[in-house]
Amino acid sequence: MSEASSYLAETELELGLGLSIGGPTGKINKASGRILTAKDFPVPRRASMNGGTPPSVTVSGTKRAADQSVPHDGGSPTATSQVVGWPPIRSYRMNSLVNNNQAKAPRAEEEHKGINEEEEEEEEDKAIKDGSKQKKPNENLGHIGFIKVNMDGIRIGRKVDLNAHSSYHSLASALENMFLRSAGAEKQQLTMPSKLLDGSSEFVLTYEDKEGDWMLVGDVPWMMFLTSVRRLRIMKTSELRDSTKGTELKEVN
Amino acid sequence: MPKRLASSLSDEVLEHVFSFIQSEKDRNVVSAVCKSWYEIERWCRRKIFVGNCYAVSPEMVIRRFPQVRSIELKGKPHFADFNLVPDGWGGYVLPWITEMAGAYPWLDEIRLKRMVVTDESLELIAKSFKDFKVLVLASCEGFSTDGLAAIAASCKNLRELDLRESEVDDSSVHWLSHFPETYTSMVSLNISCLGSGEVSFSALERLVSRCPNLRSLKLNRAVPLDKTANILRLAPQLVEFSACTYSAELRSDVFSNLAGAFSNCKELRSLSGFWDVVPDYLPAIYSVCSRLTSLNLSYATILSPDLIKLVSHCPSLQRLLVLDYIEDSGLEALASNCKDLQELRVFPSDPFDAEPNASLTEQGLVAVSLGCPKLQSVLYFCRRMSNAALVTIAQNRPNLNRFRLCIIEPNTADYLTGEPFDVGFGAIVEHCKDLIRLSLSGLLTDCVFEYIGKYAKKLEMLSVAFAGDSDLGLHHVLSGCESLRKLEIRDCPFGDKALLTNAAKLETMQSLWMSSCSVSFEACKLLSQKMPRLNVEVIDERGPPDSRPENCTVDKLYIYRSVAGPRFDMPPFVWTKDEDLALRLSP
Repeated sequence: MSEASSYLAETELELGLGLSIGGPTGKINKASGRILTAKDFPVPRRASMNGGTPPSVTVSGTKRAADQSVPHDGGSPTATSQVVGWPPIRSYRMNSLVNNNQAKAPRAEEEHKGINEEEEEEEEDKAIKDGSKQKKPNENLGHIGFIKVNMDGIRIGRKVDLNAHSSYHSLASALENMFLRSAGAEKQQLTMPSKLLDGSSEFVLTYEDKEGDWMLVGDVPWMMFLTSVRRLRIMKTSELRDSTKGTELKEVN
Repeated sequence: MPKRLASSLSDEVLEHVFSFIQSEKDRNVVSAVCKSWYEIERWCRRKIFVGNCYAVSPEMVIRRFPQVRSIELKGKPHFADFNLVPDGWGGYVLPWITEMAGAYPWLDEIRLKRMVVTDESLELIAKSFKDFKVLVLASCEGFSTDGLAAIAASCKNLRELDLRESEVDDSSVHWLSHFPETYTSMVSLNISCLGSGEVSFSALERLVSRCPNLRSLKLNRAVPLDKTANILRLAPQLVEFSACTYSAELRSDVFSNLAGAFSNCKELRSLSGFWDVVPDYLPAIYSVCSRLTSLNLSYATILSPDLIKLVSHCPSLQRLLVLDYIEDSGLEALASNCKDLQELRVFPSDPFDAEPNASLTEQGLVAVSLGCPKLQSVLYFCRRMSNAALVTIAQNRPNLNRFRLCIIEPNTADYLTGEPFDVGFGAIVEHCKDLIRLSLSGLLTDCVFEYIGKYAKKLEMLSVAFAGDSDLGLHHVLSGCESLRKLEIRDCPFGDKALLTNAAKLETMQSLWMSSCSVSFEACKLLSQKMPRLNVEVIDERGPPDSRPENCTVDKLYIYRSVAGPRFDMPPFVWTKDEDLALRLSP
């Protein structure tokens, strides 16, 4: 749970998209209106300076900023979000980087009889000691990157990057855009309360956790959800009622 | 060719001569000489490379080349690696396997990249090709360990199974155990992408111990150190090895076992893996370091001092992949120790942090360009750069043929002068006359494209992001770069004009990708009408591009030449000029 509490430590995100770094040039960001800014999201993004992964936005079908965002002159950090697929690092490598720490946990169950809990703790202590001078590379907060999403009735599954979202609301919006494309304006969808979460749509969002049980999305704190979710399923509400899975699906608050 | 000359050599002789011509390019030239050479050549072509699986249909390939033994196919566009291509876009291999199963019973090699491979495809391969030898699935997806089990069980002469960077679903089948006890032919096995549940150690050990020809072994992440040592002892003939070196603390018994195992491996030339490596274990590999030509430490979180120690033991290094933990000081050490270095790739350890977490700047790259006379291929992620450094690099290393620079923050200017990097990249293309691949980054105006169009005559692949001012930029590239095959662009203000003016150029290229640019659907339709041998695909998940206002630009655009016509497996979010719904059959 120490991982969860380190998520809560908020620090400024210093990434300034469109800022001219170190330059007096004041050159305006010439990129087209695809770069998302804080205006597009209801919750400002923040990230830990210690290697926590700021979200990379992967809502497929990137949204336009309402206007060409005017960059600030150097200096003060603004909460801006990442651009899809930038920097250009393969998802294989990305997941590998973020799994550096996470890989240690599941391995305990395997033929890894030699490694016991005590050794794992020692490793973490060592890591903290080593990391005093420079940011410790392994001090990753265990984001799991891309996970699969399937929707009842749709053959082709999709993938969503959980790192890109800091709340259930944002995740549900992204999924609605992915699967339940509507004719309305994109911006509206972001600010509307998600139907997937409040039980009013004919679909409901569920997830498979570490133990292989299927749970309703939304009943545990977001951070806890991130550490246990393995994949998502957008299930027909009718099927949920008839479900004989035998798992206790908790009510959404 | 005068008739008498052509008929003076019999078909058999010609065929024998052609058998010495291996390169595809040369074969294509040979087949264009005259009709009879075309005929002879097509019957004896054994190896096919299809850079875009939609550029041609399997039936067409089979019709022209009836006796193929080896095929390589690539599916999705390169930007799919960075999640810019939505799932379900395409790249299905099953139609190819289905056709080839009937036509090429002697097919023994299949190499795929960025394709969707199902268990059904793998089962079909296992069933259909009696002498199957080589299966390479690079960055593929859609299959599980069930499919692998089918391959293992049926392919008695399998020599190579390489799953590099693919996504494999775990179906809980112990697929490795499906290799029969009589199977001994493995030469190259790469399962580094598999999760911990998907490999049984005992099955792996038994497999390794009975395959005396094993030369390349790349294990997955979950193999602990003592198992690693055991496996190495079973295969001291290995040339390439990749393994995790996870351990909690230095244990001298584990260390000496590992060191001993490595010292047995006299043929070892390439090492990779190193996930979770603890620096204390690194000396275990020192005995092989002097012979190493390739080292991939790009998953290893080792810091600069340990990296410096390591590279100083590797004077024969030709290829190094590493994280930015190496820092400028480490690259300087590399430059003084490794005079044979040909390829360098430096990846960011923390790509999303605005602050650099390692002292890696343009200086490191400059040092390597100065110290390593054979350097040809560079991939470099950094947070700051200057035109002066780029000019120096260009002047130091005119023999560069691949130069990919990623300044992490888009639109970053020269940190010394505040200028765009037009002059710096201009120097690169001007001096490096054999440049075939270039990736740009940082603040760039249309000027850089003018330089590229003027100088980069051998350039085959160009990647552009967040650059340029106007259509002129794109026009310079399309009109100037004679050898251009692949162009991929994102977030640039390039639009209809440049595209339509250079429509004919697009047919000379393999493909063009443009996302988040300024191209309208009207222009796409027009282009598609003008150029029937181009497939113009708009990828847009917001709905039919027709339903948007006129000035709305398309989200993503993928244009590629094809002799196979429009494809039939397009998902709902891919739009072409044809309204015909019959084109939307399920794959």
